[in-house]
Amino acid sequence: MEQKRKETAVVYKQQEIATEIYDMWITTSLAAQAKPGQFISVYTHDKSALLPRPISICETDRENGRLRIVYRVAGKGTAEFSRYKAGRHIDILGTLGNGFPLEKAKGKKVFLMGGGIGIPPMLELAKAIANNAGNEGQAASVDIIVGYRDKELFLAEDLSQYGKVHIATEDGSAGTKGNVMDAIAAEGLEADVIFACGPMPMLRAIKKYATEKGMEAYISLEERMACGVGACLGCVVKTREVDHHSHVNNARICTDGPVYAAQDVEI
Amino acid sequence: MFNTQITIAGVTFKNPVMTASGTFGSGMEYSEFVDLNSLGAVVTKGVANVPWEGNPTPRVQETYGGMLNAIGLQNPGIDVFIERDIPFLRQYDTRIIVNVCGRSASDYVEVVEKLADQPVDMLEINVSCPNVKHGGIAFGQDPKCLFDITKEIKAKARQPIIMKLSPNVTDIAEMAKAAEAAGSDAISLINTITGMKIDIHKRTFALANKTGGLSGPAIKPVAVRMVYQAANAVKIPVIGMGGIANAEDAIEFMLAGATGIAVGAMNFVNPYTTAEVVKGIEAYMHRYHIENISDIIGTVK
Repeated sequence: MEQKRKETAVVYKQQEIATEIYDMWITTSLAAQAKPGQFISVYTHDKSALLPRPISICETDRENGRLRIVYRVAGKGTAEFSRYKAGRHIDILGTLGNGFPLEKAKGKKVFLMGGGIGIPPMLELAKAIANNAGNEGQAASVDIIVGYRDKELFLAEDLSQYGKVHIATEDGSAGTKGNVMDAIAAEGLEADVIFACGPMPMLRAIKKYATEKGMEAYISLEERMACGVGACLGCVVKTREVDHHSHVNNARICTDGPVYAAQDVEI
Repeated sequence: MFNTQITIAGVTFKNPVMTASGTFGSGMEYSEFVDLNSLGAVVTKGVANVPWEGNPTPRVQETYGGMLNAIGLQNPGIDVFIERDIPFLRQYDTRIIVNVCGRSASDYVEVVEKLADQPVDMLEINVSCPNVKHGGIAFGQDPKCLFDITKEIKAKARQPIIMKLSPNVTDIAEMAKAAEAAGSDAISLINTITGMKIDIHKRTFALANKTGGLSGPAIKPVAVRMVYQAANAVKIPVIGMGGIANAEDAIEFMLAGATGIAVGAMNFVNPYTTAEVVKGIEAYMHRYHIENISDIIGTVK
């Protein structure tokens, strides 16, 4: 049964896969319940840094009970995690958030779009869609469009197992020069439904694109969080309709999200 | 047999451990982690007469040993609260303390009157939120204003009231006395300490609201000092809070004069904190052969 819990897990292995981007596998009972698009909160051992760091789940290995996270070193918390070696204890809370609505991919031409450190959750999602997880029905096609700063194309090879990968780089050193929207235009790609995670300007552009094309788009948001479980109301997003829980136009990203239908949120 | 019971304004609590308002919702979210039956009381997130949207994001930021928040008292309004949150909490064998917020005296009174026939045990009046303009903070920083609002609410309240005091004052004893003189049944402190954080890379305020309330272990010594000063200034019971992370911290507040204690920001760090504090207090009683936990209240003079 899916239940949120905090547990002391163990680092299985870790390596730096691009500059300041780390790839960590964690042995944890939470692997059994993880869904694509969900996240875990990771606690530091440094007690001066109290709040857990929300990090998306990149890949799940149910058989061996492991979760993979791929994260960028952005501050003292993630800097601490980056120094962990195999065997190190790591406190995590999970699994959190709603995850991507896999059933929306059934019979559709799908775009999976990831920008920067928004790329990792696309891997488990791509895998789930390719493997028809939950028997939701196969997607008609899967195009994976990923945007990077430069030619350090982390996870691109992993993603290529599950769909055709299209690359954009800010500096033009690989694929289309520009962002994921530029790559779609340059390659003349088309789809029926979009699943995306990335920086806010990218998500805004996707929302606009999807609206113009009359497509469904499901976007994963992030925000500064404290509790991660829906109690503190720190991580809200403005919603088009009055939210069923808050009774104002705010939804909790940690609990009601992080994945929303793009047209439902004011971003 | 060890007795963990405490009594505040005629209400008995199975133990002194409560949740600090705003850190525990109405208990729903944390009921996945903690058996609410094990707690002395659940103190709810502040509720106003109508729904409040709260502040823009970012609303929270980490600081050294603590955090800043500027949620802005987002809440669904008293009508939804009565329909949804109170029935939820009634399923549990714990005391219910409803935190009431408002922008004006009439806002507070409206909420208090709507709660009159509700099965809740006490009302905590938030006159000390630093994150809302006219969010009651004016009432909590001037002893005359505090006296007046307390008197007005007390006249209308069916349940015993707890005035929640702001630490952002020069003389906490004077504020405690004003609340007592106006008829408050108890006081709770401290609310968060006004703070600020600047993002040096973006050269902006880290919180959209510019300022926020500091909480967490970083503020505990300030809170212990203020609880001590307040408890020694008044005869009404004090509920102490501010950075409590474990039973040792809770005991410290009780020795300083707190009858009840509340866990706040540390719920976010360890969702099991409240239950662990309950167990830890029992262990302390065993260790020092304390029969009644109430015997230790305010014993460090």
